[in-house]
Amino acid sequence: MTTTTPLAGKTATKPPVTEPPAPFLERFRVPGAFLLGALLLLGIAPLVLSDFRLSLLAKYLCYAIVAVGVSLAWGRGGLLVLGQGVFFGLGGYAMAMHLKLADAAVTGQTLPDFMQLYGTGDALPWWWKPFADPVFALAATVLLPMAVAALLGFFVFRRRVKGAYFAILSQALAAAFAIWLVGQQANTGGTNGLTDIQGFFGYALDDPVNQRMVYVVVAAVLLVLMAAARQLFVSRYGELLVAVRDSEERVRFLGYDPANVKLVAYVVAAGMAGLAGALFVPAVGIISPALIGVVPSIGFVIGAAVGGRASLLGAVLGAIAVAWTQSTLSDAYPAAWTYLQGLLFVVAVGFLPGGLASLVTVLRRKRRTHNPATEGAA
Amino acid sequence: MSGEGLTVRDLRVTFDGFTAVDGVDLDILPGDLRFLIGPNGAGKTTLVDAVTGLVRAGGSVRFGGEELLGRPVHRVARLGIGRTFQTATVFEELTVLQNLDIAAGAGRGPLTMLRRRKGVPEEVARALETTGLTDLRDRPAGVLAHGQKQWLEIGMLLVKDVRLLLLDEPVAGMSHDEREATGELLRRISGDRTVVVIEHDMDFMRSFARSVSVLHAGKVLSEGSVTEVQADARVQEVYLGRASEPEPAAVPVAEEA
Ligand SMILES: Nc1ncnc2c1ncn2[C@@H]1O[C@H](COP(=O)(O)OP(=O)(O)OP(=O)(O)O)[C@@H](O)[C@H]1O
Ligand SMILES: [Mg+2]
Repeated sequence: MTTTTPLAGKTATKPPVTEPPAPFLERFRVPGAFLLGALLLLGIAPLVLSDFRLSLLAKYLCYAIVAVGVSLAWGRGGLLVLGQGVFFGLGGYAMAMHLKLADAAVTGQTLPDFMQLYGTGDALPWWWKPFADPVFALAATVLLPMAVAALLGFFVFRRRVKGAYFAILSQALAAAFAIWLVGQQANTGGTNGLTDIQGFFGYALDDPVNQRMVYVVVAAVLLVLMAAARQLFVSRYGELLVAVRDSEERVRFLGYDPANVKLVAYVVAAGMAGLAGALFVPAVGIISPALIGVVPSIGFVIGAAVGGRASLLGAVLGAIAVAWTQSTLSDAYPAAWTYLQGLLFVVAVGFLPGGLASLVTVLRRKRRTHNPATEGAA
Repeated sequence: MSGEGLTVRDLRVTFDGFTAVDGVDLDILPGDLRFLIGPNGAGKTTLVDAVTGLVRAGGSVRFGGEELLGRPVHRVARLGIGRTFQTATVFEELTVLQNLDIAAGAGRGPLTMLRRRKGVPEEVARALETTGLTDLRDRPAGVLAHGQKQWLEIGMLLVKDVRLLLLDEPVAGMSHDEREATGELLRRISGDRTVVVIEHDMDFMRSFARSVSVLHAGKVLSEGSVTEVQADARVQEVYLGRASEPEPAAVPVAEEA
């Protein structure tokens, strides 16, 4: 603050006396938290959790991966992405199609089991064929959702569709995709989805050791994506994204095209949701329309809303907590969950837009505001 | 600096049959500090909106030999034309430094964008210096005082090396000292650049304008030096005659949305 320095010659050598401690802690806070998270997820959780609990955690972490993207697009970019189920589904189906084809190949068949049951002909639909190739299928789990998001985003953001309209459009897309999947039973497994998946690139999924391996992959992907998202948050792009959220018009007058800024966040979030869907398939063993339609699409953002959408860690922890609550509650009261989910969403968005993560900041700010000098003009 | 002036010819803006700007011609020379005055609803803001691509307009607006009409907003901005708004719009949740850095960065490549900002870019440091905001650079813009926000907005234009600044009522709501400081700031930045200021405050105009255009009902009523314009009988009638002497915390801001 007001450090009057009468002995200018002496103090000049070390002027910022008050600075050092904060940056030092700052510097190790984030990597420290990251290492702690890695230790918890990759070291401790596999040791202390049963096979069953660990595979449940793998499922929650898939939702957390979606939340990383939601935090970017919604938290930082202000895009209420209420249709992430579409991208999650594209990734999930791309992965499941490959695994079903691989399963069939093991038993010497050309058609996945459900096609033999409901199928009309005995030929594989043309759009299934490329998914037999593992490289194509893996790439598709991420690139397909990104391509769809890019196409959609291009038209939507350029036309300056915003706010509620964007959210409704996203929802409609999720609904349409789910309905289409149900209608195409012979090609997609319909309501049942793609189930009963046996192997994962040569590893039998009913072997608990391999299930643990899947968990480790999911956890590692989550950590890597969190690190990548964190880099985006603190980059110049991240600052620009917040600027677009705050005042799109202003950004435009500075010579940027906000549509492109939003598009990047939207497409990256879609890629993350796709990857989450792809990992969900070996972790849970199924992908179906019920997992990607309107209700799950809302579910994907609730965790982030509750935990704090603008905070990466808040969004991830929120997603895990909400998924855990859901699977605990929905067994006991299946109907109640849907209402609770809606209620959570409204409460979080309406009354605590920063989510639980903002409570920390609010409290911290309170503590700091002992000196009224920091309270400027609103 | 040749050919960098602003030339407006027969500019027309119509809103659902209502003509807000009605055939305006303007010639603003490079390095000028032009004040655009006129009663409420005269079409001043709309004129700036038209120049910056925010509203559709007929006629022609040329700057540095380039036609501006018909270009989208961000392309006009990239030609070195910047504006501020009647209500200061800065990015409230970002710091002063971040605000300026974003403003400076429209030409950055993707790789630079994906990296974290290291230190303070030179043009940002210069703008902080010019606007006197150096000490406040790590404050969120949302907590700045009204006048400081306006200076930040001007700073956000300076970092880009804009050649034409269009400022919409930059001193509205400012204290006397803030007005003086802003006037000095405008003096400093014009000369190298062309500055157009929309203003209601007559004292402020008298102290700092190099030339003046008076707008009334969408048309240019009078144009010239401060003395010439003040001597114009028509101007006195529609404008100066009425609300001549200043009430410091002036009326103008209140009614505009
Ligand atoms: N988007 C719009 N749609 C319809 N009419 C508009 C629109 N924008 C401005 N107008 C009208 O155009 C006229 C000129 O408005 P403008 O804002 O340019 O005035 P101004 O000279 O800036 O006034 P002030 O000094 O109050 O800021 C006003 O009558 C206003 O009501
Ligand atoms: Mg105006």
